[in-house]
Amino acid sequence: MLKVTKYVLHDIVRNKILIAYTVFLFVLSCCMFYLDENPDKAVSSLLTIINIIVPLVSMIFTTSYFYNSYEFIELLVAQPLKRTNILLGEYIGIAGSLTVALIIGLGIPICMYALNPLALTLFYTGILLSLIFTSLAFLCSVATRDKAKGMGLSLLIWFFFSVIYDGLILGILYSFSDYPLEKTVLVLTAFNPIDLGRIIVMLQMDVSALMGYTGALYKTILGTNWGLFISVAILLVWFIVPLLICVKIFKKKNL
Amino acid sequence: MIEINQLRKSFGKLDVLKGISTTFEPGQVISILGPNASGKTTLIKSILGMVIPDSGTILFEGKDTSIDPYYKKKIGYMPQIGRYPDNMKIGQLFEMMKDIRQEKAHDEELLHQFDLPSMFNKPMRTLSGGTRQKVSAALACLFNPPVLILDEPTAGLDPVAAEILKAKIHKEKEKGKLILLTSHIMSEVDELADQILYMMEGQIKFNYTIADLKDITGENKLGKAIMEYLKAETYVESN
Amino acid sequence: MARKIVFLFILLIAQCSIALAQQKLIVGPKEKYTTIEKALAASKNGDEIIVKKGIYTSLNITINKSITLTGQGQPVLDGKGKDEVLTILVNGVTVNGFIIKNTNIGSSKDYAGIRVFKANNVKIINNTLQNTFFGIYLSDADDILVKNNKLTGTGHPTQSGNGIHLWQCNRIKIENNTIRRHRDGIYFEFAKQSLIQNNLSEQNNRYGLHFMFSDDDKYIDNTFRNNGSGVAVMYTKRITMLKNVFEKNTGSSSYGLLLKDISDSRIEHNKFSLNTTGIYFEGCSRINVTNNDFLQNGWAIRLLANCESDHFENNNFKGNTFDLSTNGTHFQNKFINNYWDKYEGYDMDRNKIGDVPYRPVSLYSQVLEKMPYAVMLMRSLMVNLLDKAEKAIPSITPEIIKDEQPRIQSIAR
Repeated sequence: MLKVTKYVLHDIVRNKILIAYTVFLFVLSCCMFYLDENPDKAVSSLLTIINIIVPLVSMIFTTSYFYNSYEFIELLVAQPLKRTNILLGEYIGIAGSLTVALIIGLGIPICMYALNPLALTLFYTGILLSLIFTSLAFLCSVATRDKAKGMGLSLLIWFFFSVIYDGLILGILYSFSDYPLEKTVLVLTAFNPIDLGRIIVMLQMDVSALMGYTGALYKTILGTNWGLFISVAILLVWFIVPLLICVKIFKKKNL
Repeated sequence: MIEINQLRKSFGKLDVLKGISTTFEPGQVISILGPNASGKTTLIKSILGMVIPDSGTILFEGKDTSIDPYYKKKIGYMPQIGRYPDNMKIGQLFEMMKDIRQEKAHDEELLHQFDLPSMFNKPMRTLSGGTRQKVSAALACLFNPPVLILDEPTAGLDPVAAEILKAKIHKEKEKGKLILLTSHIMSEVDELADQILYMMEGQIKFNYTIADLKDITGENKLGKAIMEYLKAETYVESN
Repeated sequence: MARKIVFLFILLIAQCSIALAQQKLIVGPKEKYTTIEKALAASKNGDEIIVKKGIYTSLNITINKSITLTGQGQPVLDGKGKDEVLTILVNGVTVNGFIIKNTNIGSSKDYAGIRVFKANNVKIINNTLQNTFFGIYLSDADDILVKNNKLTGTGHPTQSGNGIHLWQCNRIKIENNTIRRHRDGIYFEFAKQSLIQNNLSEQNNRYGLHFMFSDDDKYIDNTFRNNGSGVAVMYTKRITMLKNVFEKNTGSSSYGLLLKDISDSRIEHNKFSLNTTGIYFEGCSRINVTNNDFLQNGWAIRLLANCESDHFENNNFKGNTFDLSTNGTHFQNKFINNYWDKYEGYDMDRNKIGDVPYRPVSLYSQVLEKMPYAVMLMRSLMVNLLDKAEKAIPSITPEIIKDEQPRIQSIAR
C-alpha cells in the first residue's frame, strides 16, 4: 500500500496545481495575518475562504488527478497487488499531499503569526475537510468512468454542500418559522461536513453571539468536549464511509 | 495451467462473454482471434483480474484467481496501448516495477536489444507509441514469468523491433512458457502461434491447432483457412 | 476684637469638653463589655465602640445613637440565619471593619446585613459581608458613604437579594466595593445624584448594576463582569456612564448594558467586550455614545426602531459578530466617524476617512431577527453571498442606517 503511495507522491510533488494551491494558501494566510491588526479577524476571514477553497480544490484536484493516473492504476492492477491496497495507496498519496499543502500554506503562517486555539481549530478542521472531500472525490471518480462526468459530479457535490444545502435549510426555516426547529437545524447541519467544520470553528470564534438567543442551545450541545468529540466523530464518518464505499466499488470495477 | 469455467461478463445490456470455458497449458502459444468486439480483450483482462466477471471461475494452477492476486507474479502482461504515469522516466518505471513486484530483473535481454537503458532519463510522456511498446514488451519479460500475455504485441513497432520481439517470443516458447497473444496480422499469428482460439460474439467459435485447421480446410494460408472454416460453419448452420 | 477672642476661647473649651465627654467603649470576650448590645446601652451620642476580634451573635442589633462602631481585627457579627444583622436608625453612624454574615434568607422580608433606615450621613466602610440575603440596604437615607466593602451573596438563583440596595436616597457615594453572587450587584430605585465609582460587580444573577427611576447619577471606572446582564438603566434620565468595563455578560437575554426608556445620558470611554449584546437600546433618546470600544461581542449594538436622536461617534467596533441590528426601517439616530473592522471601503484622498459609507446592518442580521435558528448558518458561503449581494444592491436592509464617514484605522486608546 505504502509502495503505491510512494510513487503517487513521487509524481504529485511536481504537480503544478498542487504547488500553486500551496503557494496560494501560504500567501493568502500570511497576507490575512499581516494586514489585520486583530488575528481573530484574520481567522474569521480565513475561515470563509478555507471553507470554500479547501473542499473545492480537494474535489477538483483529486478527481482530475485520479483520471490522469488511470493508466498507472491499470498498470498496478495487472501486478500482484490487492486492489484495496492500490486504492488506499492512491488515497493516502493524494490526501497526504493535500494535507501537506495545508500544513505549509496554513499551518506555517499560523505558527508564525497566531499560534492560538482558535487558529489551530481552523487548521484541524481544514485538514479534516481535505480528507473528507478527497474521499468524496474518490467516490465520484471510481463511480463514473468518464472524466467529464466525474468532474461534473465532483463540482455538483461541492456546490451542493457549499451553497444549496444551506439554502435549503434557510428555506425550511423560512417555511416553518412557527415551529421550534432548533434541534432539526442542529441535526441537518451535522449532515453537511462543511457546515459542521464551520460550526466547530464558530463555537470558538463567536462565543458571545452564540450564547444569545437560540445559539445557547448549540453552545451547550456542541460546545462541550463531548459535543466536540461527536462533531469530530461525524466528520470522521464523512471521511471513512465514502472511502469504504469507494473501495467496495473499486474491487468490482472493470478497468 | 489456466482453467476457465463458464465465464460470463456483461457491460450493462451488452453481453461480452457468454459462458467461456477453456484451458491453457504450458508450452502452448495460443492466439486469441476474432472480430472487433468479440470479447478478446475482455477475456484477457479477466485473466489478469482487471475485469471482474459476473459469473464463472478462472483457476490459475488450480487456484481461484479472484481470491489472491499473488498469481499475477507469474504473468507478464504487455497491453495493447502501454500507458504509464506521464512524469515518470523510463528508468524509474523499471525500478518501480521491481520495487512493486519485489523481484530482481531476471531477463533484461529485450531491454538491451531495444536499447532502452540509453533512454532511461526520458519521461514517459515524451515517448512515441513504438518506444512505449518496446517498454511494455521489456517489462512483460523482465521477471521471466511462466506466462506471457501479449495484446497486439507488434502493432506500432518498427520492422526491426518487431523481428526482435518475435524472436523473443519463439525463445520463450522454447522454454516451455504459456504465451497468449492477440494479433490482427495473420502472417504473424501463423508464424508465432501453434493454436487458434477463435471468438465471436462472446463465445468460442473454435479452438484448433493451426495444423489441424489447415488440414480441415485444405488451405495453406492461415487467413484463408479461417475464412473457409467460418463459411463452412455458416453453411452448415443455415441448413 | 477682645470680645471676638473671648468667644473663640469659649468655643475652644466647649470643644475640649465635648472631646473629653467622648468615650471609647471596648467590647470583647475579656473586656468590660462582652456584647455590643451592652456597650450600646452604655453609650451616648458621639462615643466610639471598639469591638475586639471574636465572633459575636448579632440578631438585628439596632443602632439608635450617633456612634462609631469600629471592628479591630475583623470581628465577626453572625446573624445565624435568623434575622438581620445590623440596623442603623440615626444620623452620623459609622460602621467600620466587620465581617457580617448569615442573615435570614426568605422572600417574605428583605433581610439585610446592614440596614440604614431614615438616617443620613452614615459611613459603611471596610466591611466584609458574607452569605447575606441583601447586603447593604439603604432606604430614605441621604449622604451615605459605602466604601471598601466586600459583599458576597448566596448565589442562589431565586433566594438571593441585592448587594447594595438603595430606595429613595440622595447623594450616595459607593466606592471601591466588590459585589458578588447577589441578585443585582447594586440596585437604585428613586436614588438620585449619586456616584458609583471603582467598584467590581460580578457573578450576579440579574444585573451588575440596576437603575430604576433614578436620575442624575454617575457611574465611573467600574467593572461589570459575568453577570446576568452588566448594567440595566430603566425609566431614568441624565445618567453619566464613563470609563466602565462591561465584559463577559453572556446568556440568552444578556446585555453588557441594557437601556430602556432613558434619555439625555452620556456613555463615554467604556469598554464592552465578549458580551452577547454590547448595548441594547429600547425607547432611548438623546444619548451620546462616544469613544467606546466594542470588542468581540455577539451584537455590538441592538438599537430598536423606537429610539431617536442618539449619537454614536468615535467608537471602535472590532471582532463583533454583528455590529448593529435593529427591528425596523425607521431610523433617526446618527453614526459618524466610528471605526468598523468590517468596513471594506477605500480611502483615495488619504484623509483616513473611508470614501464610501459603511452600512453596519447586514442582511443576515435582519434574517436572524425573523429566524433566530438560522444562527447556525453564520459565516457560511451562502450567507456571505447574500450579504455581499445585499451590500451591492440594498433591498432589505434599511438604506438610511449608515456611517457616512467611517474611519480607516482604529482609534488608539
